[in-house]
Amino acid sequence: MNINATLLIQMIAFMLLIWFVNRVLWGPLSKLMEERQKKITDGLSAAEKGKHELELAEKKAKDVLKDAKHQAQNILGQAEKRGSEIVEDAKVKATEEAGRIKASAQAEIEQEVSRAREDLRKEVASIAVSGAEKILRKEIDATKHNDMLETLVKSI
Amino acid sequence: MGTVEYIQHHLTNNSVGEGFWTFHLDTIIVSVMLGMLIIGVAMRLGKQLETGTPGGFQNFVESILDFVSVNVRDAFPGHNPLIAPLALTIFLWVWLMNFMDLIPVDLFPYLFQLITGDSHAYLKIVPTTDLNTTLAMSLTVFCLIVFYSIKIKGVWGYTKMFLFHPFGKFFVPVNIIMTLIEEVSKPLSLALRLFGNLFAGELVFLLIALIGGTLAVGAAALFWAPLQVILDLAWLIFHLLVITLQAFIFMVLTIVYLGMAHEEAH
Repeated sequence: MNINATLLIQMIAFMLLIWFVNRVLWGPLSKLMEERQKKITDGLSAAEKGKHELELAEKKAKDVLKDAKHQAQNILGQAEKRGSEIVEDAKVKATEEAGRIKASAQAEIEQEVSRAREDLRKEVASIAVSGAEKILRKEIDATKHNDMLETLVKSI
Repeated sequence: MGTVEYIQHHLTNNSVGEGFWTFHLDTIIVSVMLGMLIIGVAMRLGKQLETGTPGGFQNFVESILDFVSVNVRDAFPGHNPLIAPLALTIFLWVWLMNFMDLIPVDLFPYLFQLITGDSHAYLKIVPTTDLNTTLAMSLTVFCLIVFYSIKIKGVWGYTKMFLFHPFGKFFVPVNIIMTLIEEVSKPLSLALRLFGNLFAGELVFLLIALIGGTLAVGAAALFWAPLQVILDLAWLIFHLLVITLQAFIFMVLTIVYLGMAHEEAH
């Protein structure tokens, strides 16, 4: 048991060593470990967040799909309706067209009939005139008997 | 050389100076070298620190750091950035100095005597078997205890602790003596416990070394030498536990004492 000046040296050495250990060992390493801890915590929370986001996205995708299906059904229904409308429309138009064509054909026929009747009348008149001429064996003065001829023509 | 001389020779420091101004060169040089070893290894490690995937040695050091910081967290209330490095320093330094005890007792003295050419040169390589070392650490801790007690409790709070603790205000003189003993016993018990354990351990190593060294003569060596090996191994394994335990106790008690200094006066 001999306490002496070695004590002082050892105290100084101890204090210096504390300072050095804090500076080169504890400081950097504990900082590093803290950083790593933070990194791991961040990573875990990011993974959790990612999982959550994935779930959300999946749900959203399902919704979108459902919506799309619904829309497709809608469009299909509309298209069918439109198709039947078009067919209906075409039918109506065709009927109208047919009516129109029929009407115009009838009109033409009537016109033709009346023209034929006119022609026939003129023919008959001229035949009648020539017949009368022949009957009378005498030339009829056109200007003299015009009135009579015209009355005749009209009466036929 | 007789048994008593052998032991005394091994327990004497290589020193210079007279009276109080004596310096134990072996204690100082070995402890400073061990301290430098800690710093050197730490600096080498510091150059190749990895955040992501630490290698084997970094893992090892990190587990020591973790061990120390867990102890600090458990035993120390509040926050003080000095405590953890202090505890780490104590644990590493004390353990390394204690470890010198496990080196064969005659190896370094013998080498030293060969180098110096002086067959009576003294060398004691376990710094913690020198009371100066253990007392130096415990006194430093004591200074910190007093410093933080006054800083946290205030001068009046610290004085009050002496006056009214533990028996209340009607026993002031008794209280002063009791608290004084309590406070002074902290560094003394720290220093003497470590010193005593290591000194005794060293002594046992010396006694075991004597079995083969001085008792064995001629054919008797056939019996004594194996016994020495077996006993030495057993004590070495046991002592490995002791040196770790002593380093741990010194560290934990330092943390606890400083934790008590940080508690508010009640």
